Amino acid sequence: MSAFSAPFLPTLVRRERASLAATLLAPPVALAVATVLNLGLYLLIGRDPVAVVYAMLFEPFLSWASFSEVLLKTGPLLLIAQGLAIGFRAKVFNIGAEGQFILGAIFASAIPIWFPQATGQWIWPMMLLLGVLGGALWASITAFWRVRLNANEILVSLMLSLVAAQLLNYLLLGPWKDPNGFNFPQSVMFQYDAMVPVLIAGTRVNVSLLLTLALSIAAWLVMQKSFLGYKLQVGGLAPRAAGYAGFNEGWAIWLSLLIGGGAAGLAGAAEVAGPIGQLQRSISTGYGYAAIIVAYLGGLHPIGIIASALFMAALYIGGDNAMVSANLPIAAVRVFQGSLLLAYLIAIAFVRYRLEWHRPIYRSKP
Amino acid sequence: MTAPLLSLRGISKSYGQIHANQGIDLDVAPESIHAVLGENGAGKSTLMKLIYGVEQPDEGTIVWDGEPLNLASPAEARRKGIGMVFQHFSLFETLTVVENIRLVVPGRKADLTERIRTLGRDFGLEVDPLAPVHALSVGERQRVEIIRCLMTKPRLLILDEPTSVLPPQSVDKLFDTLRRLRDGGVSILFISHKLEEIRAICDKATILRAGRVTGHVDPREHDAHDLARLMIGRDMPEPMPAVSQSGGEKRLEIIGLDHRPEDPFAVALSGISLTVRAGEILGIAGISGNGQSELAALISGETVLPREQRDRIYMMGKDVGTLGAAARRQLGFAFVPEDRLGRGAVPEMSLVLNSLLTAHPLGLLRHGLVEKARAKAFTSECIRQYDVRTPGPDVEAGALSGGNLQKFIVGREIMLSPKLLFVAQPTWGVDVGAASAIRRRLVALRNEGMAILVISEELEELFELCDVIQVLHHGTLSPRLETRDTRPEDIGQYMIGAHTPAAPKVLA
Repeated sequence: MSAFSAPFLPTLVRRERASLAATLLAPPVALAVATVLNLGLYLLIGRDPVAVVYAMLFEPFLSWASFSEVLLKTGPLLLIAQGLAIGFRAKVFNIGAEGQFILGAIFASAIPIWFPQATGQWIWPMMLLLGVLGGALWASITAFWRVRLNANEILVSLMLSLVAAQLLNYLLLGPWKDPNGFNFPQSVMFQYDAMVPVLIAGTRVNVSLLLTLALSIAAWLVMQKSFLGYKLQVGGLAPRAAGYAGFNEGWAIWLSLLIGGGAAGLAGAAEVAGPIGQLQRSISTGYGYAAIIVAYLGGLHPIGIIASALFMAALYIGGDNAMVSANLPIAAVRVFQGSLLLAYLIAIAFVRYRLEWHRPIYRSKP
Repeated sequence: MTAPLLSLRGISKSYGQIHANQGIDLDVAPESIHAVLGENGAGKSTLMKLIYGVEQPDEGTIVWDGEPLNLASPAEARRKGIGMVFQHFSLFETLTVVENIRLVVPGRKADLTERIRTLGRDFGLEVDPLAPVHALSVGERQRVEIIRCLMTKPRLLILDEPTSVLPPQSVDKLFDTLRRLRDGGVSILFISHKLEEIRAICDKATILRAGRVTGHVDPREHDAHDLARLMIGRDMPEPMPAVSQSGGEKRLEIIGLDHRPEDPFAVALSGISLTVRAGEILGIAGISGNGQSELAALISGETVLPREQRDRIYMMGKDVGTLGAAARRQLGFAFVPEDRLGRGAVPEMSLVLNSLLTAHPLGLLRHGLVEKARAKAFTSECIRQYDVRTPGPDVEAGALSGGNLQKFIVGREIMLSPKLLFVAQPTWGVDVGAASAIRRRLVALRNEGMAILVISEELEELFELCDVIQVLHHGTLSPRLETRDTRPEDIGQYMIGAHTPAAPKVLA
């Protein structure tokens, strides 16, 4: 008998319903796969994998000093990822959080740079608000062109990030450069009232972490419980059903981008008004991009994102540790992040699909 | 009796828990037209897939021309002399007829062109071999599909619901072709759920219900009533008697609507005028692809008219042409679209969440938050009232069969108690029992004073339901035809555009 289908090669078959087990297993499996792959890579470049794993994955949690740094990094990642996830659920792909983060930082910095003598407890909250405004305004450029001309939001928002970086350069090399800063491209140090109050004495963790957690709860309420979140999700899952029910697509795009931009802008403001204390070129170490990974790794679910943000922050700190103690190259952390996302995206395919192996067909002979 | 050409014994096929075919016996005689009759989901399509080699049976034997048959693929089936014409055509629209055929049949273009012409003459399958497929009517495309099968000189031709896409006049022509094929030595397996057709053309009928054979009969010796009983296992419910109504208020009025969609492949509408009154069912007949989906989107508000086009569409007496779908729904409009998955329902969401899609104004929200308990109660009520077969309200919509999802969507929209209900293709893919339940419900609602607009391809359905029928052809709408003064053939004339609209359009 002849069998034409290739034997023993699995094919993807759609499941009747989403698999809860696969949903929950995807992040740990992806983490395990990415870890193994990267360990192989470290071996290839001649590093001690045990030392790397220890430095990267364990050390961040082993001392209060390094864990507080993890919490500090968690803030911006969590905030940006929550905002982006809302858009991603609506299939509005804002990839430009990095630029919106920078604009938030710039807007927030305007107060201490223009009014360095101002005092009062209104300054830092005002800066955070301005940060939200800056990020949202930057994202609204993307929203406008997407709704008006159907310009792809991935490209527009991504390219605007590059523009934002140049805008920051211009300000720091020109009008906002600290006159007494030995020509370094950075602004003046901010006054005391322009700094977000520290939350835990002896660390750099500040009140913005509480704000971020509160906003995470708000994100949960919106996405899991509210009609607004429902409408956004319908638009993402089945755009024609949204059109049929009369949910406005343009509205969903605007809202998604404004929320994502606002959250990124707030994170940028909290960064300059927090651990950094001035406007400088290196205010973001790729938070806007890393947050995309955080959002997906958390299953685009507000609670999952809290866990994934904490993990990614630990990876940042652990990567720094490994650079020092295990002599790991600086790109290694990015490679780890990237392979983690890749492994996760492959793993979540199995939420809706399963593998089916072709068996040889046995039939009763007449 | 001569030895059968094809003989099936004890064929079974299961998909997981579902037994699609169980112990099927079937004999197809040489030179006969054999009907396989059954409701949607009775197992007809599975059986054909087994015969055509798309899938393999779990149990049982197939004997072809005296030899046991084990098919691994349709290609093998074609080599053995079994051809199949699917319900959905697989033709490249940008290629010509002969180019399409050349993709499957080897040969020089000139030879093939000649053979297409010869087959056309012999079997009444006239079609221009050099015409591009996009320029052909549906009936002509079907002829191309049949010719393509005949090119491989089959001895058995399987036709899956061939008449569902044809206007009445083309059906007669198809039947003529099938008879000539039979007399030329080709046996035909004719799949259908239309009883009258089967009685008109078939010599034998095998009736399937729930995966089993419930009878082998000579359809010419039984009336449609008997066949229906074998098919659905009980008597057909009587249609709901329509109470004649004097004209109520106008709930929907379209006046001289012209519309050219942005999509170049969509059908442009011109001079569309219609009125639906309270207590009236207006049916729009016509073959799909004549502007139905474009018109539906304009009525539902999924397509919004530009601001210049004022005074074209009125709902409940209000000019709604520039209003979106949500605003129209607020006026008391509800709509069941022709596509269920992805439009009428979100496949990845539970039925509870799918209730929210349009039923959210029925107190399912509080302060912008979803009232899960109420949404669930609503959904359970809909499932109960409309006999939706599902394990429960938390099941994903995509897991329901087409017919059950349709019952759910129809139920959800009716539970909104709209003033104007618009149903596109109410019974597509719905089994006979459920279809008649939906139709009875629509007539009952009409009797209670609802205004209902129906788009359907099924003429029998429109004649059962509607007070008035209008026919959509090439983006233009025929005048109002009172159903009781109209014959199906008249509608058919309009469906193929034979009726030039010389008569002035009558508006009520």
